[in-house]
Amino acid sequence: MTLKALFAASATTALLLALPANAAELTIGFSQIGSESGWRAAETSVSKQEAAKRKVNLKIADAQQKQENQIKAIRSFIAQNVDAIFLAPVVSTGWDSVLKEAKEAKIPVVLLDRDIDPSGKDLYLTAVTSDSVHEGEVAGDWLAKTVGTKACNIVELQGTVGASVAANRKKGFDTAIAKHANLKVVRSQTGDFTRAKGKEVMESFIKAEGGGKSICAVYAHNDDMMVGAIQAMKEAGLKPGKEILTVSIDAVPDIFKAMAAGEANATVELTPNMAGPALDAIAAFKDKGTVPPKWIQTESKLYTAADDPQKIYDSKKGLGY
Amino acid sequence: MTALLPRRGLAQILALIVILAVDRVVSPQFFDLRLQDGRLFGSLIDVLNRGTPVALLSLGMVLVIATRGIDLSVGAVMAISGAIAASLADSHGLPIVLGAALGAGLVCGLWNGFLVAVLGMQPIVATLILMVAGRGIAQLITEGRIVTFSSPDLVWLGNGAVLGLPVPVAIALGMLILTGAVVRGSALGLLIEATGGNARASELAGVGTRAMILSVYVWCGVCAALAGVIAAADIMGADANNAGLWLELDAILAVVIGGTSLFGGRFSLVLAVLGALIIQTMNTGILLSGYPPEFNLLVKAVVVLAVLLLQSPKFAGIAGTAARLRRSKA
Repeated sequence: MTLKALFAASATTALLLALPANAAELTIGFSQIGSESGWRAAETSVSKQEAAKRKVNLKIADAQQKQENQIKAIRSFIAQNVDAIFLAPVVSTGWDSVLKEAKEAKIPVVLLDRDIDPSGKDLYLTAVTSDSVHEGEVAGDWLAKTVGTKACNIVELQGTVGASVAANRKKGFDTAIAKHANLKVVRSQTGDFTRAKGKEVMESFIKAEGGGKSICAVYAHNDDMMVGAIQAMKEAGLKPGKEILTVSIDAVPDIFKAMAAGEANATVELTPNMAGPALDAIAAFKDKGTVPPKWIQTESKLYTAADDPQKIYDSKKGLGY
Repeated sequence: MTALLPRRGLAQILALIVILAVDRVVSPQFFDLRLQDGRLFGSLIDVLNRGTPVALLSLGMVLVIATRGIDLSVGAVMAISGAIAASLADSHGLPIVLGAALGAGLVCGLWNGFLVAVLGMQPIVATLILMVAGRGIAQLITEGRIVTFSSPDLVWLGNGAVLGLPVPVAIALGMLILTGAVVRGSALGLLIEATGGNARASELAGVGTRAMILSVYVWCGVCAALAGVIAAADIMGADANNAGLWLELDAILAVVIGGTSLFGGRFSLVLAVLGALIIQTMNTGILLSGYPPEFNLLVKAVVVLAVLLLQSPKFAGIAGTAARLRRSKA
């Protein structure tokens, strides 16, 4: 459904952007992990859009979450002599030999979204990733600014125990609010990044904090848990977004729906557009030989109700989240 | 040995009371109840409400286990039925939505039953197939997204109230009574137990063991599908990746805590549901306690071990001997 619209849209943008310079069209192979999450699906669709915008021929290989499929895909990209390879590595180790093959074939490799083991640093051109510690900081800074000087009890819905993203988002948030003595995390539990657990844990927070009256804000490590928590607050007769501030991370479409309804306050985007900066880096590298920095950090943009959430919802919901 | 009969269920009730008491200690407002928008509100209600999916799963699972089987696919069946219900909710009426979702559960159960009863596969392997494939099927239905809906009828199933009780709890109670009436109101329960106790002997005695096995897997599938619909209705969306994930293990645990042997031959519906409540009382207590989440699984494991030790006749024997020794020394 959306695919057709996507093609139509990208075709028009491509026409508009048809630049006169270097007519030689780039061909780039992209070894994508697979459909592990809605975000991943959105990343794939956005990559296609960004490639079409720049008239780049992007070949996407779906690895179905298996490293051996990714290695096979990279080998076949090398055999096809593509201009560059994008890799979203499913695991962080075991890439040395295949990346050496790419290096010998003089094909630059760009890592998307995830980094690999440091031993392979000289084997790729650059890595385009988000900084999840920074994401937590942005969330914490927003809350500190919004609350001002009044005392604020925060409850935190953590991601899966042991996931590095969860640990980083917690660390960043804690650092940001440590500067403000009036902000305090009073309860913190894992909601496993899911809606159902987010709701269940929030229900228990509300009971443990005197019916929720003493909770001033909720911080969730992802939007899905927040969507569940918002339901729990509503069922308890509380008004999320008004009585209780909410801030979460990811910027998935449904949180914008809640924001448009005045039930959520802020979200920090984990942009699905990793390919855009990667394509720009490759273009500069191919044209002028500019070597990009080893790490290109994507923007962790903050969205609030002031950003026309309904419009963002409409633009995001077709991306496959 | 006459003491055996009244002892049945005592360990479970004792465990539940102890865990409730611990919950009261970690969270002083644990037993507080109030009315919120025509619905009872409090931690006890949370226990019942959150315990519903596993309680429903255990109703089917306990019958399967009674025939000496096991069903690992119930979590995946939850994901499938939830995905179907969520996809149809906004375009069809509740009867069609429920019919399709429960029908899918029935088909899943038939498939498992066919593999076990007709093809004679080992239940753990036979149901493993659907456990793996089922989640994939659910993901195909949702196209990997969380499918949300706003149909008030379906939402009511997850979040509404009947006489102050959450609808899911009322449904679980209804299913317990229905299942109990069918299997204990007739000889069916006895035949299921006979099948689990000794399938060959039962077959020779004229019990249709194949039909028994097939029907318990079908019932297990239907119960799982109902749990899946409730889980989806609860969050107003179907999350194929996470709905019912690992709940098959909780369901098996509930059955075992309820004193039903994995070797089949006898079962108790009420105690299986009690087992589900014990698990949830513990989960809710952990959430209320404010301990760091790193402790969740550890606490759970220790409590489960304690409950199972309480039931172990060998352990009771050892403890009794130790007590006698101490007394004789004194």
